[in-house]
Amino acid sequence: MNVVVLVERDSEPSRQAMTVARKFGDALHGVTIDEAYPFAPDAWAAVLEQAAEVVGASAVFAAGTERGNEVMARLAARAGLPLAANCTSATPGDPVTVTRQRWGGSLLEEARLRSPRPLITVAPHTVAAEAGPELVEVDVQLLLQRLDPADQLVRVSGHVAPQAGGVSLAAARVVVSGGRGVGSKEGFTIIEELAGLLGAAVGCSRAVTSAGWRPHSDQVGQTGTKVAPEVYIACGISGATQHMAGLKGAKRIIAINSDAQAPLMLNADYTVVGDLKEVVPAISAEIRKLKP
Amino acid sequence: MRIAVCIKRVPITGGRILLTEDGRAIDTRHLGFTMSPHEECGVEEAVRLIEANKGESVVLTLGPAESVEQLRDAMALGIDRAIHLQTDGREWDAEGTAAALVEAIRADEAAAGPFDLVFFGNESADSGGFQVGIRVARALGRPCVTGLKKVALDGAGVRCEQDVEGGRDVYVVLLPAVLTVKEGLNLPRYPSVPGKMRARSKPVAVTQPVRPEPRLELVRLSVPAGQGRQAESLGTGAAAAPAVVELLRRAGVL
Repeated sequence: MNVVVLVERDSEPSRQAMTVARKFGDALHGVTIDEAYPFAPDAWAAVLEQAAEVVGASAVFAAGTERGNEVMARLAARAGLPLAANCTSATPGDPVTVTRQRWGGSLLEEARLRSPRPLITVAPHTVAAEAGPELVEVDVQLLLQRLDPADQLVRVSGHVAPQAGGVSLAAARVVVSGGRGVGSKEGFTIIEELAGLLGAAVGCSRAVTSAGWRPHSDQVGQTGTKVAPEVYIACGISGATQHMAGLKGAKRIIAINSDAQAPLMLNADYTVVGDLKEVVPAISAEIRKLKP
Repeated sequence: MRIAVCIKRVPITGGRILLTEDGRAIDTRHLGFTMSPHEECGVEEAVRLIEANKGESVVLTLGPAESVEQLRDAMALGIDRAIHLQTDGREWDAEGTAAALVEAIRADEAAAGPFDLVFFGNESADSGGFQVGIRVARALGRPCVTGLKKVALDGAGVRCEQDVEGGRDVYVVLLPAVLTVKEGLNLPRYPSVPGKMRARSKPVAVTQPVRPEPRLELVRLSVPAGQGRQAESLGTGAAAAPAVVELLRRAGVL
């Protein structure tokens, strides 16, 4: 049985998707996105569709990354097939059974997928990548030459670099994050001070960005940035599922909150019960003592 | 200019998700509802574009009778009228949802002229299928750009900035187009009292599409096992600061 996999270069999520794909066939055919061309999602969907036809694929897989989900959705739309996005497991059969993420991973859905050619994306970092038989690379250059010009109308024509300065939230080793409990835009001064001392990124909850206290680029959560720091310090954040969906990659969570029963206090590794307006400056003062 | 926005009614889940006894839905008896966060930004963008360019904005949703609340919310922010594709409350999969929306959009365009833009959220907050906007665009034969954090009209086209790792990718496509947006595109306004009053008398057209058998069918939901975090107290108030700093030192970040 032949299976086609959309591959992003040097991507661990792609290797994880291959691991699930191997359950659907012994011969894996890889369509690797060629970064020499400006990214054109319909073009890659067309290439994927042709590759699936050529090898008679029993299923098509991709990583549940932004690129992966987008190209697979376009393949699903053009081929008139259902798509199961962000699966954490998939078992072949008729119907195929999948477990997939809802609510940014806060909920799992078991579902049946009835399709002549199952299209599945695998949620990143929910499956351990395992080594397996070598991937057979599909000659994408040949397929790219046959593209319909209509499939190249939507393509990247420029790039805007991220704003300079500050520590990148997604890559930060430490994040100091504030929630509604911070109280105001000005209240973030003490959060910024502690972040500065730790070389940390400043984060916040959705309540804070909705109030206009911080830019959306600081938001951690399901509709914000997903973080994976060594330490996440949550100050005055209640811990709605929307926020927790962005924290799954955090190694250690320290929660500071006056409400000991706040959901985040129950889902943290370490807690401090108290007013963040006293606790946060006290931590900054303690760090200053170490730095003459 | 004519702009459509498609939204979805979802529960506000708060701190802990509880499921119904049969495990097939979230127990929403004690929950409020909203539209998905990304879609709030789609509504705001549509309202701003019509304020600047004149014309008409229309909000569409597929959902149970109660979804009219989210349609009114959108109209309170400035959307002119609504189309409600009313369901009996059962789940529709992405294929069925997209097909019904395409039919409603075509019908409205036949009566009132083409939409220059159709906005969607990049993915719904609940089912997160990442595909309804893309499917609708394909069926309508229009270009679709996804995951947008910035949208600007540019002559006969629209310049779009897509959120990617390490910055933003730029796309320019001709109108009419379908755009899927993300939270952060703009900061949605709060509804004003007069806005809410006006929304009550804005028109809502109701249709009852037939639900096709879903090919991606929900069997049951479950709350994933926790990450086993065992909250350990570091103390109370400012007195806890030395323990926090010691912990940061042990974690190797200080």
